[in-house]
Amino acid sequence: MEEQFSFDLEPNKSQKAFRPEPLTVKELNLYVKDLVDRDDFLNNVYVKGEISNFKRHYTGHLYFTLKDKDSLIKCVCFKGYAGNIKFDPQDGMQVLIFGQVAVYERDGVYQIYVKGMEQDGVGDLYKEFEKLKNKLSEKGMFDESHKKQIPMLPKEIGVTTSKTGAVIRDIINVTTRRFPNVHIKLYPVAVQGAGAAETICEAIEYFNREKNVDVIIIARGGGSIEDLWPFNEEITAEAIYNSKIPIISAVGHETDFTIADFVADLRAPTPSAAGELAVPDIKEVYWKIENYKKRLAVSLKKKLENCSLRFSKIKKSRVFTSPDILFNEKRMRIVYLFKELENKSNIIIKNNKLRLVKNVSRLDSLSPLKTLVRGYSIVEDKNGNIIKSAKQLNKSDEIKITLNDGSVEAKVV
Amino acid sequence: MKKNENLSFEEAMDKLEKIVEELEKGEQPLEVSVENFKSGVEMSNYCEKLLDDAEKSINILIKNKNGEVEEEQFEAE
Repeated sequence: MEEQFSFDLEPNKSQKAFRPEPLTVKELNLYVKDLVDRDDFLNNVYVKGEISNFKRHYTGHLYFTLKDKDSLIKCVCFKGYAGNIKFDPQDGMQVLIFGQVAVYERDGVYQIYVKGMEQDGVGDLYKEFEKLKNKLSEKGMFDESHKKQIPMLPKEIGVTTSKTGAVIRDIINVTTRRFPNVHIKLYPVAVQGAGAAETICEAIEYFNREKNVDVIIIARGGGSIEDLWPFNEEITAEAIYNSKIPIISAVGHETDFTIADFVADLRAPTPSAAGELAVPDIKEVYWKIENYKKRLAVSLKKKLENCSLRFSKIKKSRVFTSPDILFNEKRMRIVYLFKELENKSNIIIKNNKLRLVKNVSRLDSLSPLKTLVRGYSIVEDKNGNIIKSAKQLNKSDEIKITLNDGSVEAKVV
Repeated sequence: MKKNENLSFEEAMDKLEKIVEELEKGEQPLEVSVENFKSGVEMSNYCEKLLDDAEKSINILIKNKNGEVEEEQFEAE
């Protein structure tokens, strides 16, 4: 009987020689806890399984069992981590758990402290999202150049969202606050679940067919990737891309981005923001117009003043106040020129007179009559030829002798 | 300026802004400035009219028995 409780490490040792101190239960449990706590692998595990016996405690902690077909393990998600879970866990759901294996030493059991939980199969959705996003991006459906401008003042706004809930309420509140006489047409649709994408497309196509709105807001509140899925579907993207009416997309929380957000002409982070983007603040617009009117009046007044000033300045100019100045100058010039003319003419006359006198005097000095006064005479023969030499004369020639005061006829002796 | 009626709000505001800027530059001859001032005032009044003209209308579209879409006043819950 005793042999049952001893360790037979060495067969020849005495049976009573080696028997370790028995542990208390607490000590054993703590030992196992310590072992588990120090194991890095167990501190960060991913486990998949099915939820059962899910309980949301009034303290905010979540308790459930995770099982597969062969085994189960208890799980607890404390309140602090429960906020990380983006879906509503139900019994029977396939999930992926991230957490830490921990030993609860009081009961000698181990369980998983859950830090994060996702629905299984969600990983696939993310992959599909990325695939579709790349496909449509390459097709050019996200291109900025295709995006249309949102009208500054839409006459009618089309809204595609659920007719109940905070989203439509927020959109109505924000738009009526900014623009009290806003016109909204709500085309109610399912915003999650099967067939939702089809109804959203129907709404967009209806507005495009009837052409009864100037801008469309498609919106829904926050949710998991499955909830938002209708806004990630290809048919929704096509409907948004082909819409001739500009579309503002406000899907999910500020940090959620769906394919609808990429294709739309404008993305709003929340439904309220969509309301702000769709209508202007009427007070601001009135102010802007008033401001333009003031600027028009001020500018025109300035222009008139400038013209008036210019006119006054010109009027004051000497040209108008004493126009004879112009004439005086011209007159003076005429007088001056006339004087010049006179002077120059006189000079010319004087010079000519001088020349005349000079020439007359020269002529005079060369005049033969002067010589005659001095006693010389001119002797001409009977033919009138002037005799310059005595040899030209013979006895009894008849000559004419011209003296200073007359002439005599003579015969040569 | 009779073709005003078809201008969208945006187009009208843009035109108004241009007129104001030209007038502020002051480079146009006086007669042109006066004409532009008049157009500017007309354009402002047109824009204000677009803002004034309206009555609140929030409707929900419902398919009736014949499958046609009708509008009804909408009350948010």
